[in-house]
Amino acid sequence: MSEQILTEVFEVEAGDFVAAGAASAQIKRILKQLSVNSDLIRRAAIISYEAELNLVIHSLGGKLILRVMKDRVVISTEDVGPGIADISLALKEGWSTASDDIRSMGFGAGMGLPNIKRNADDFEIRSAAGSGTTIVTTIYL
Amino acid sequence: MRVSDIMEALDGKVCFGEDKLNEVCLTACGCDLMSDALAFSKARMCLLTGLTNTQVVRTAEMLDVVAIVFVRGKQPSAEILALAEETGIAILRTDHTLYEACGILYSCGLPGRIKV
Ligand SMILES: Nc1ncnc2c1ncn2[C@@H]1O[C@H](COP(=O)(O)OP(=O)(O)OP(=O)(O)O)[C@@H](O)[C@H]1O
Ligand SMILES: [Mg+2]
Repeated sequence: MSEQILTEVFEVEAGDFVAAGAASAQIKRILKQLSVNSDLIRRAAIISYEAELNLVIHSLGGKLILRVMKDRVVISTEDVGPGIADISLALKEGWSTASDDIRSMGFGAGMGLPNIKRNADDFEIRSAAGSGTTIVTTIYL
Repeated sequence: MRVSDIMEALDGKVCFGEDKLNEVCLTACGCDLMSDALAFSKARMCLLTGLTNTQVVRTAEMLDVVAIVFVRGKQPSAEILALAEETGIAILRTDHTLYEACGILYSCGLPGRIKV
């Protein structure tokens, strides 16, 4: 097991568009303070922001968690539902259940999960309709 | 291209960030879809958009965007300017449409995708 340097947990509320991104901004600041390489910070920020937006837009609320270890940054989310019925469909570029309201705000193109996957070295997603969704992403330093 | 060159080329105005006019943009992205900006972003980018909500600035913050240009004469709100100040991103506005503004910057030599 790799040595743990830091763990931060951020509560993310469903539908709170005013606060959306605040936790990711905080995560970005923390990684900067730890002098993580700026390209890796950018990748981590994209992952974190896409995941945070998904909690705000699609979930009933959840947590965004940052863990920094000696050799890696792990960003994960856990939410309380409603879950994803078909994960392979959700991972397809362009597939989205977002409302027109969300689209008019500039989101809901079905690009988030593929973008998270692209920016992570490791990506895991667990979900089922009726239960919560868990995403774990790792960037190696 | 410097932020000041972008402002001049677009007959634009600075809404925030007089002190950032000397910063350099290496590439630009024009869209009203933040999902696209997030998926296709590059470092040291100028983001042109007709969308005016605070999530534009949040998105730009995540991507280390140097300057945001609001097109079609859109006026950024006080909330947008406050978040720009907090995040240190220059805010410009221009009367050109998104299509025109992108065309002008492209013809000035600012590329869409930089090959590294
Ligand atoms: N935490 C979540 N809980 C429930 N459903 C989710 C969650 N995250 C994603 N989804 C489902 O997966 C779909 C695809 O997500 P993805 O992030 O790729 O696109 P999007 O959020 O719809 O649009 P974009 O990310 O481009 O703004 C969503 O439309 C939604 O149906
Ligand atoms: Mg999404």
